Order: sequence, then C-alpha cells, then structure tokens
Amino acid sequence: MIRFEPDRSQYPQPGDDGKLEIDLETGKYLKLWHGPNHPGITGNMSVELTLCGDEVVEGKVHVGYLHRGFEKLMERRTFIQVFPIVCRVCVPEPDFNEWCYAQAVEELAGIEAPEMAQWTRTLILEMGRFNSYMMAMGGIGGALGMGVIGQWMTYVRDLMLDRFEEMTGARIYHMFILPGGVRGHLPEGFAGRMEEVLATAERYLADVDKAMFTNAVFKARTKGVGVIDPALFEPYGVTGPNARAGGVAKDLRKDAPYLVYDQLDFEVVTETASDIWARAMVRRRDIDVSIALIRQILAKMPKDGPVMAKLPNVLHWKIPRGETYVAGESSRGEYGYYLVTDGSGYPRRVNVRGPSYTHAMALLEHLIPGTNIADVAALMVSLHTYPPEIER
Amino acid sequence: MMRDLHDHLKTRYRLGDLAERRANLAFVDVARADLRALLVELRDVHGFTHLSLLTAVDWIEEGRFQLTYLMNNRTANRSLGLRVFLDRADPVGDTIHDLWPTAATYQRELREMFGIAFPGSPRVDEEFILEGWTDMPPYRRDFDTLAYSQQTFSDREGRETHDPRAHMAKKLNPEGQR
Amino acid sequence: MKDIDKSFRKDTETEFPLREELKPRSVTAPDGQVIEIDPLQDYFCQEPPKVHKQSYFRIVEDFYNWARAHSLWILGFGTGCGAIEMRPLMTPRFDAYRYGIQWRPTPRQANLLVISGYLSVKTLKRAIRAYEQMPQPKYVVGLGSCTINGGMYWDSYNTIKRLDDYLPVDLYIAGCMPRPEALLAGFMDLKKLIRKGKAEGANKYAENFDWYKANQKSVIKDWDMPDYNW
Repeated sequence: MIRFEPDRSQYPQPGDDGKLEIDLETGKYLKLWHGPNHPGITGNMSVELTLCGDEVVEGKVHVGYLHRGFEKLMERRTFIQVFPIVCRVCVPEPDFNEWCYAQAVEELAGIEAPEMAQWTRTLILEMGRFNSYMMAMGGIGGALGMGVIGQWMTYVRDLMLDRFEEMTGARIYHMFILPGGVRGHLPEGFAGRMEEVLATAERYLADVDKAMFTNAVFKARTKGVGVIDPALFEPYGVTGPNARAGGVAKDLRKDAPYLVYDQLDFEVVTETASDIWARAMVRRRDIDVSIALIRQILAKMPKDGPVMAKLPNVLHWKIPRGETYVAGESSRGEYGYYLVTDGSGYPRRVNVRGPSYTHAMALLEHLIPGTNIADVAALMVSLHTYPPEIER
Repeated sequence: MMRDLHDHLKTRYRLGDLAERRANLAFVDVARADLRALLVELRDVHGFTHLSLLTAVDWIEEGRFQLTYLMNNRTANRSLGLRVFLDRADPVGDTIHDLWPTAATYQRELREMFGIAFPGSPRVDEEFILEGWTDMPPYRRDFDTLAYSQQTFSDREGRETHDPRAHMAKKLNPEGQR
Repeated sequence: MKDIDKSFRKDTETEFPLREELKPRSVTAPDGQVIEIDPLQDYFCQEPPKVHKQSYFRIVEDFYNWARAHSLWILGFGTGCGAIEMRPLMTPRFDAYRYGIQWRPTPRQANLLVISGYLSVKTLKRAIRAYEQMPQPKYVVGLGSCTINGGMYWDSYNTIKRLDDYLPVDLYIAGCMPRPEALLAGFMDLKKLIRKGKAEGANKYAENFDWYKANQKSVIKDWDMPDYNW
C-alpha cells in the first residue's frame, strides 16, 4: 500500500510537556470549523479544528445545537405524558428510549409486561437497530465518497420504515412501547412482508460487501486509520460496536439479558483491529445478526395473548420514591435511563445516558489530534454518534 | 453479591444502607470525603471499571443536591450507584476526571445545568450546551421553564391546552355528577 | 412574571467579551508587511439588504418566477430532527431531484433554507447567518409543528416558538414529523407560490430588517456577530 508521507520537519514541534503551543498569529495554523452546517458532520454539531498543514493538531467538540431541555420538560409531565417526548431524544433509533423509560417506570411501579409484549418489544428494538445500522453504513460510505452506498442503505431503511408504519402507524416516532406493554398486535401477514424486506436487505448488503469492503480505496483509507487503543475503552467509557471492534466481546444483550434475549440464539460479533475498517465491519456483521434475530423472533413469538398489563388510572398515577437505572445495548452502545421518583405524579429526574455522550465528546477530542483533515469525517462517522443524545 | 461487597466496604468507609433495586443494581449513600478512595478501590480491586453515568438530582425540599456515580462491573454485570450529597447553597463536587477522562464532560454539564462547581476539572467553566445563558442553571427545580419560555419567546395565538384530568372528567362525566 | 435570580445573571459586558478572532488587531504577513484588520468591519458588508425590485414588464417577471420555481436548491443544514426525512427525498424512491430540487453544501449555492424542525437558540444564530449568506431570491420553509408554534417544545426554555418572528417564512409544512410525501407536496406548493410571485419572504426581510434584528437579538443574548452577514 502506498501512503503519502509528507516532510514534517517544517512543522512546529511540541514543547517539553508534549503540548503544542498554538499561536494562530504565527500563520502556521489554520482554524477550521467542521460544522454545524457542513456536509461531513454527523448531525447538528461542530468540531473546531486547528490545522497545521493538512494535519489536525487540536479538535474541540461543540454540542448544544439540538438542546431542547428534555430532562427538564419530563419533570413537568406526568408519567404517561412523558411518552410522546421521550422518543424524540434520539431520532434514528427512537424505540430504545421508549423501552428504557417504560422499563424503568415498570420497575419502580412494580408492573410486569405480559409475554406477548416482551416479544413485540424485542422485535421493535431489533428493527430499530437494523435501521440505525443502515444509516451508519450509508454514512460511512458517504463520508468516504461512496454516495451510492448511502442511496442503497436509505432505500432498504425505507422498506423497514414501511414495516414500522404498518405496525405502529408512524414512520419515525412510533410511540408503540408504553409502560405495561405495547399498543397492539402485529398486523395480519406481517411476518411474510418482513421476510421480503429482509431478503431485499440481504441482496443489497451483498452488493455493499462487493462495492465497499473489497474496494481498494476504502481499504486504504480505513485500515490502520483512527485506531482506538483498547486500553482507552474503560477510561473513556467506550461501549457497544466501538468496543467490540477492539476485541471486547461485551454485549448487554448477552451479558445481562433483558426482554427475551435469553431465549434467542445469536453471537457477539467482534473484530480485533479497532480501526475504522474494523468498526465498519462490526456494524456490517451485526446487521446480519439483527436480520437473523428478527427472523428468530417472528418464528418463536407467541401468536396471541394480552399485550398490555393492567395499569392504574394514568391521570392519578403516583409512583413511590425510588431510583433505578435501566440499560440496554443499542446500536451504538450502552443506552440507559436513570429515573428518580419522589412519590408524586411526576418524575423527579430523568437522565439519559446516551453512548454518544462519551464517544463524541471525550473520545473524539482525544482521537482527533494527529489525524489527517480528510479522515476526520470518516473517523466521526465510524464512531456512529448522534448529537441529540449528547445534549438532549 | 452486592450485600457481601457492602459488608466488606462498610468496615472502612462511611456508607449508608444498601438500597437494592435488582439483583445486579444497588444504590448506597457515601460521605463526600470517602468518595474518591472508594471509587479507586471499586475500580482497581472490585472490577467496577466502567463509569456508566454521573448525574445530579435536585432535592430542593431537603436543601441538597444528590450526585449519583453509577459504577458498572462489566465482567460480573453489576452496577453500584454511589450517592453523594452536597449542600445546595454552595455546591462543590470533587472532580474525578483523572480517574475517568470522560467524567470531565459530565462535570461540565453539571456545572452548567445545576451550577455545581468542580474545581480542577478541565474546561469546566466553558459553555457546553447553552450559549449566552443569563438565568439560573436550568435543571434546578426552582427554575420555571414555562415562565421563562413565555417571557422570552412569543406565543402564536390559537394554541389551546387542556388539563388532562379536567378534559377526561368532562368527557366521561359530562353532567358533572359525582 | 418570575423574578430572575440575580446571583446567577451574568454580566454581559464582562462575561461575553468579543471572541479573540473578532477583535481588531495587526497581523504580520509572511513578507513582513503589517496589516491592520478589523474582522467585524473588513470581512462583511456594511449595507442592509435591499428590496429586490420587480421587472417593469409583467411577462419578464413571470418568466423569472417560472425559472426560479424550477431550481430550488436546498441548503443541506439539518437543524433538527426533521433532517432525517430529508434523506429519503434524495433517493430514487421519493426522488426530489426530478422536480429540480437538490441539496447544496454551502449557503452561497442555495436559495431555499429548510428549517427542519425546532430551532434551539444556539442553532438560530447559525441559521440566521446561513440565511443571510444566501443570495437572493431566497425562500424559507418551516418544517414541522415545532417551527409553527413550538409544538412538543411549547414550554422549553431553549427552543424558539414562532419561526416567523426571526426569519421570513414563505411556507410551513405541518406534522411531527412530516412524511417525505408531505415535504414533496410542500415544495410543490412553494413552487406555485413562487410562480404566482407571492414568495416574497426575502423582500419582507429587507423591508422589516430592523424588526427582525430586534427580535433576533432579544433571544440571542450574546450577539457576537455583525448585523450584516453577507
């Protein structure tokens, strides 16, 4: 592999403490804002880059462009009124918020969802994970100049959104998971139509394998680039596919099974290289796991049964004082809700632990110095971050 | 499991009672002076190497903030929440960014959203989420978000709101019988 | 009206100083020449926007409007969650390109700003800059209920409630969030407005420039950019 190695002898040298003295007035540095209005940014956030030549010497992440103050708004709403806004925390994978919140409320109120609801919830979460991975694959392709990958993946995701629409009535924000269960049964013939979508997806993914993962340019630009040292995983709170790309076989679906994951058969996908290629590959292989899981769930789930447990009058629903933390494996890593109640009809505090909170802030700021400016977009996309869950 | 750990730690640290939520999740009160030593021991000896989250709860009636450090042992899949209480009038926390670099982000958020100071934490006084904010930290309980939004932004006429209880009572019982 | 706790109120004079790169200073060029620069004066225009005059002949103006309606170039700035439904429009299934609608990466090449969802105060500042940098004629579409009256976020302290207080909106597309078909229908309606010559948002902005600026400055407390961003 040919790599361009420029002459770095003219570059400013770091001081004794290893830190660069950055003085913009010397003319050796360039300040560049990567975002918020920029084609190479993952959502509405921005990275303030300081460049020396084509090398980034400092990166500061700025978030808050999507802040709506959800955690404050939830404190003003009754437990059932929170549901319409809770899914809006994370746009591409909203169902995870609904499940985490519903599970936390059920735990504190002592409600158990019926079995049919548990299976339906698992199905929805896997469909959401599939969608989220589709966006990630398209994003990785797009960030490296392969727009056609994004076109294919958006199309397949759209087919899955049709299934969501059929089941829940909405494309993006489903609000299907409520405390105590889910809103309804699967429609007639759902499994057959889902199988068509999955078959189409597999056809497109085979094309992606050919067009992307065997592409020489893609390999040259991703292998060995953006490596996260596995020793950094725990200090920086790296979870999910980003950690699995570094050989850490941790998956909350397997380690701490929630819903019905203990009755399903799947493996935890790992890679070892921990670079952009490995992170893309883990996601690519996890889509296969997700597809297999959706098939399994549809084959194994009970055909009929109650979907909603008996709830108290939700207008006068009070939950005794307590606190809990519910977490699950979303498509980006550990997604959790910390819920505190104080015996009134309103939550005392809801805190969302989004995986991007650590991935896009501390970790990205640590990884950026030393990368080439052309690789910053690919690095960010490979971490698969969504800004709304950082600032909420 | 959690009870054994609690009994083991209770001899050396000032801990409150263990509040067990699930088999793998428990919460315990910790004195602020013991927090750092306890975190280091949990991390290095007991395998609680993953900081799941760090957040605050405003107990305004009791006049104090609760800081929750949720520690996770990823091998055994157990979580332990450490609760530290700070005086609400002058909230100052201890920074742990040298133990977990990612804690610096949480502390920046707490500084901005609750007004809890973390001396020594990197970039803690920089604006994180809000920009040009002049009011009190918005996640405090005494900050009224509705009043603020009505003062700052103009409403469009024609928007109606219904109190859900009154609306349902009217719908289910239109005559108002008891 | 709630009284605001004085102990938290920042002193805007000392707390929000001008950013370092915006201060007037002298710079030494590589060839030794010393240049005095004042970024707020030198890099931006000094004139308020002008009203775009119509042609004298009606038929010429109609021709212009017909041409404008057929090339809506959208600025690819996803300001809120509505941006996720813009993506399917770019793919063959919904295919907005067949109507002459396409997405551009920079405001200088775009003439349609789609505010895709709620605007937090921080994003509003960037949206204003992006809007003012777009060349005339330009249009604004507000997408989703949250741009109309706050929608879900009616009591949030950080999102604006009426977009038309801050930017001249030509068309709203309701829904939370609007489906791709709704977006397409909205863009078709915008085309009709343009062909009728009724999408005059940019001229409205130029005529009521002071009113818009006062509104913008009332919510953006740390206004650290020039008034004319073009």
